[in-house]
This record gives sequence, structure tokens and C-alpha cells, in this order.
Amino acid sequence: MTETLVQVQKLAMDFPGQKLFNNLSFDVDRRDFLSIIGENGVGKTTLIRALLNQVKPTSGSIKFRKGTKVGYVPQFRNIERDYPLSIRDFVALNLQNGKMPWLSKMERTQLDEILEETDLVDIQNTRIGRASGGQKQKAYLAQALVDNPDLLILDESTASLDTVRKYELFNLVQHFNQQHDLTVISVTHDFDLMQRYSNRYLMLKEDHYALGEVADIKNEEDLLDV
Amino acid sequence: MFSFEFMQNAYIAGTFIAIICGIMGVYVVGRNMSFLSHMLSEIGFSGAAFGIFMGWQALSGMLLFTIVSSILIGKMSVQASKRESAISAVSSLFLGLGILFLSISNKNVSYATNILFGSVIGIGRDEVNQVLLLTIISLVFILFLYRPLKYDSFDHIGASVKGIHTNFVSILFLVVLALSVSTAAQIVGSLLIFVLLTLPAAAAKIVAKTVSGMMLFAISAALIGVWLGLYLGYVTNWPVSFFIALIECVIYFGSMIIKKDN
Ligand SMILES: Nc1ncnc2c1ncn2[C@@H]1O[C@H](COP(=O)(O)OP(=O)(O)OP(=O)(O)O)[C@@H](O)[C@H]1O
Ligand SMILES: [Mg+2]
Repeated sequence: MTETLVQVQKLAMDFPGQKLFNNLSFDVDRRDFLSIIGENGVGKTTLIRALLNQVKPTSGSIKFRKGTKVGYVPQFRNIERDYPLSIRDFVALNLQNGKMPWLSKMERTQLDEILEETDLVDIQNTRIGRASGGQKQKAYLAQALVDNPDLLILDESTASLDTVRKYELFNLVQHFNQQHDLTVISVTHDFDLMQRYSNRYLMLKEDHYALGEVADIKNEEDLLDV
Repeated sequence: MFSFEFMQNAYIAGTFIAIICGIMGVYVVGRNMSFLSHMLSEIGFSGAAFGIFMGWQALSGMLLFTIVSSILIGKMSVQASKRESAISAVSSLFLGLGILFLSISNKNVSYATNILFGSVIGIGRDEVNQVLLLTIISLVFILFLYRPLKYDSFDHIGASVKGIHTNFVSILFLVVLALSVSTAAQIVGSLLIFVLLTLPAAAAKIVAKTVSGMMLFAISAALIGVWLGLYLGYVTNWPVSFFIALIECVIYFGSMIIKKDN
């Protein structure tokens, strides 16, 4: 039985001189792996921001199943080279349930487990500012996942990664999707990535959109025609 | 040395100020707000002068000015790009106002130098108690805000997605910062706030890799500066502020040299 996690209805967003999403409606079910694709500037990041309740849509609604916890890996993050925190401390920032300055035993276990699962144990004490691009993305992923969200939103997380790191990162996401019932929404320009990992796609275009099963798409041209 | 009450007072007040500055400084550095804390200190000077002009305690005027302005700054939440020049403009205005208040209140020049450069050796029991009270209030707020403030200071994007009320956190932080700046001004003076608030934390940022580690380092660096500075001031009769500034600079540049390789 499928369980709807997010329900987007008749969404529209007007900016001065620009209208995004013409009555966009779609659902995301638990365990879905939805890829959002579309050209630069069609509003993918804006859609994500609306999902995260950071911008108010002009019209339409976004409903989450009650109690849905969301993790997010943003498109841009300004971690400079002199940023002081280690990967471990950075990931731990997202543990916000406890009130004490120090972590409880349970929280430390949670932290150890996520570092283990994202393969960051060996470099957990490296400063994140000094980590490679691939390691950084893994750390962002670990931070988003450390408090067990139901839904993970990735905004072009692989844009700066080489093919090996790209698959490495998405194999991890897939692992959580399949083993921990994590629902995933991933914004990407990468057709190959979409086809390999997601089950559904949402193609955004300037004045319309298309929603479908990835299995029905054989090559990139099919997608451009929809 | 400790048989003198004024030295006891100076050591007690200095210790508390070092602790609160070490902690607040780490957040100031994390939030890239060194510049802003500098401005708060100039506003503090102006407030102190205003207090004297009104016939109050300098500290009351200082608290009034710094707290009101920190709330205003927080509300404005100007974009980072415009912030620096806005801050420079506002702080020169306040520096000027401070000088005006002092001149129309007919106090002698030593008042101004006390406010600007600190007068730790001169503080009495009452002032020590004030410092204790302010430090404890600040510490309670920080304890209460610890995790959200840490998240927002070191990963603003992550914190805002988490649903942390980052505006509320940042205004509250600025108010506590205003308290700390006013408190620290008692000992190093408003012009040298920078020394205790930002130098130890900046050194900590170079050396430590966790927020708690940075706090421990910054508190230690501030404590060494204050304790040793007071001692050297006592022995040589030179200004304590000079020694504190010197020690903190040594610690800061020392950290830079030691950590240069990585
Ligand atoms: N707050 C805003 N005010 C005005 N216009 C905005 C605002 N936010 C986004 N836009 C506009 O909306 C359009 C969509 O932007 P968005 O960042 O969502 O695109 P995107 O699909 O994520 O692009 P990219 O692939 O480059 O990341 C852009 O033209 C942008 O200028
Ligand atoms: Mg985008």
C-alpha cells in the first residue's frame, strides 16, 4: 500500500516579470525516489524552497503527511577553507532534540552510526573546510540524515563531483532509500543519474511540466519531447 | 598582591569577563561578526558617556545603548554586503556622540580614558557584583540557546531548514553580546573589547576543530591574558589593557605560526 508523504496542488509562483510553475500538482509517496529535472532557471530550487517552507507560493498548496521530518542538502553552501569544524562536529550540528550543550549517549550512538554508514569514520576529525568536494557532499548528506528524516531533498548535490564520487554518493542515498524507507527528492541535470537511481521524474519546463515513471523513458530525447 | 582588595576585585571580575568573552567570541567568529562587536563597543562608549551626562552610572548608559542598538541591528538584518559600510557609518556617529556627551557633561578627561581604555584596577565591590550578575545572566541565556545558536552560527542554511527561528536566535544573541560587551568594557575599555572578544576566539578557530574545543581554548587564552596582564600591570604600573592586548596578540600570532603547515 502506498502512503502519500507530500501532496503539491496547483502550485504557482509569481516573481516580478516571471511566472514559475503553471498549476503544478504532484504527489510523493513514501520510498519514492523522485528526480526533478529541467533547464537552468525553470524554478527547481524555488520549488525546493517552497517545499521547505522558505518561500510562500503565490497560489496552490503543499501538504505534508503529519510528522514528516525533512533533511536537506542545499545547492550552495559557503564552507570556506578556514572553516573550523571537523566533519564529526559539523554533522552533529543537526542533532537538536537534546537541550544540553553536550551530546547524550544515544545521540553519540546516532552520530557514530551515520558516520559509519556514510563511510566517514576515518576522516571524521578532518576539518570539513579541508575535505575534498566528494567528502564534503558526503558530510552534508550525513548531516541531513543524522536525525533520521522521512524525506531527503538533494539540490544538485553531484554537480561538482566526478563520475566515481557521483555514484558513490548516490549509492549511499540509494542504500538509505531501500534499506531505511527514506523518501528522496533529487534535483539534477544528470540524465544518467536520474535513470540509474530514481523511479519517478518531474520534468519542469517554462510553461508546463511532465510527471512519469523513469522506466518509461528510454533515452534523453524521450524526456525532452514530453 | 592579593592582600589588596582592589587586586582581588580585579581578579574576580577579570576571570568572569574572560569566561564570557571566550564563549561569546566563538559565536562572534562563527557568525563573522567581529566587525559588529567592534561597533557595539563604540556604541557602548557613547552610552557610557550618555550615562555620565545624565548623572547615572556609566554601565547603565552603556547597557541601554548597546541593547537597544543590538535589537535594531537584528531587526534590520541588512544584507552582508551592505552591512560593513552601514556599520562603519553608524559607529563613527556613535563615537562622535560619545565625545559630545562627555564634553557637555563637564567631566574631566580621565573619565573618557577610563571608559575607552578600561580601569580594571579601580573597580570596587559593587562593580564586581555587577559583572558577576551580568555574566551569569549571559551564561544562562547561552546555555538555554546553546544548540540552536551553535547550529545557526556555524551553518546558517542548515539551521534555517531545520525550522530554527534564526531571526529570534540572532536577536537574542545580539542582546547577550551587548551585555558581554558592556561587561568587558569595565575591564579592557570599550576600544579594546576586540582584544578579549575576538582575538582568543580567532586563535581558537585556528587551533581547535569543535565548537566546545574552541570555547575551551578561547576561555583559556582570555584567562591567561587577564590574569597575567593584571599581574604585569601590578608589578610594572603600566596599563593592564596594554599587557592584555600584547598577550592576546602573542597567542593569536603564535597559533597562526604553529598551525601554518595545515
Ligand atoms: N526571490 C526571488 N525573487 C525574484 N526572482 C526569483 C527569486 N527566486 C528565484 N527567482 C527567479 O526564479 C527563477 C528560477 O530560479 P531557481 O533558482 O529556482 O532556478 P533553478 O531551476 O534552480 O536553476 P538552476 O538550474 O540554475 O539551479 C530564476 O529566473 C530566478 O531569477
Ligand atoms: Mg537551482
